[in-house]
Amino acid sequence: MGSGSSSSSSSSGTAPNLHVLAVDDSHVDRKVIEKLLKISCCKVTAVESGRRALQYLGLDQLDGDKSPVEFDGLKVNLIMTDYSMPGMTGYELLKEIKGSSRLREIPVVIMSSENILGRIDRCMEEGAKEFLVKPVKLSDVRRLTDFILQGDEDHQKVGSRKRKLWDVPRSWFSTSCQ
Amino acid sequence: MKASLKPPYMIALMRKLEIWVILLSTFLMETAPTAANSLMRQGYLDEQFIQLEELQDAENPNFVEEVVTMYYRDSARLIQNIEQALEKNPLDFAKLDNNMHQFMGSSSSIGAKKLKNECTQFNECCKTGNGEGCKRTFQQVKKEYAALKKKLEQYFQFSRQIGPVEKACRPK
Repeated sequence: MGSGSSSSSSSSGTAPNLHVLAVDDSHVDRKVIEKLLKISCCKVTAVESGRRALQYLGLDQLDGDKSPVEFDGLKVNLIMTDYSMPGMTGYELLKEIKGSSRLREIPVVIMSSENILGRIDRCMEEGAKEFLVKPVKLSDVRRLTDFILQGDEDHQKVGSRKRKLWDVPRSWFSTSCQ
Repeated sequence: MKASLKPPYMIALMRKLEIWVILLSTFLMETAPTAANSLMRQGYLDEQFIQLEELQDAENPNFVEEVVTMYYRDSARLIQNIEQALEKNPLDFAKLDNNMHQFMGSSSSIGAKKLKNECTQFNECCKTGNGEGCKRTFQQVKKEYAALKKKLEQYFQFSRQIGPVEKACRPK
């Protein structure tokens, strides 16, 4: 999962920009997380609900998993979602993403103002990359992005070609993204 | 007086003035961060507010004020929701809890420490289904919210005064 560029087997000198999808129903939190990510040199798309997030990812609930299309332009490297949201919680969004063969490799981070052990366990069991207690700090975001970029470098070594997300066997992906 | 023909005493005077301006602005800049520190010492704010200040940069020079303005807007709505819900009979504790949860979340995001603590009192009453307690603690929450707004307004007034001096003396 690189920066969405096609071809180029040689790794560039500059670090690729991660594209992060931030999901939070709070205006204030969205604005803050957006800034935290931008300062950490990420491209950010911020949406206000799980439903909108799924729409953006091309996983519309009404139509089911859409026929596979190359998502180079929309390619998301990381999803950060609030836990408590009306309609669809962050946990439900996590399940949808991990339930999709096309999207399950995207690391998902849950953010919550409540430090509830049961909640944390549930999210991690469902495949969340990390559980952050709000308010999220710059150091949290930097640590995350560094980690994801590290995982990206490992993937570059495996070799790259213009690939469609759905046809890469799971064995290609090391467990570093999980 | 033409600029190219300034007498030596004028040049010397201007240099002295320059030094004073730099000294003054340095002094003001040193004290500007303590505006937030002072609010922290008084318990109104915590480190999260400092985090917001650190996110302010050339691209978003009014970031803190923008976030706080957004917070006021959201808070006004949530407070109204809670007020309306508290007038109902019987009380819908789930609705109260939901709105307060959102309010607490935003308050926490801007570092409003004292306010968050008042909200916790409300939460306790909500969880135990204590209607009278909810009404009582909510009055406290509103009081604390008003106090915070006042303090933040002072903070922004102070920051606006510092701002232009900072810009004038920014090293090139």
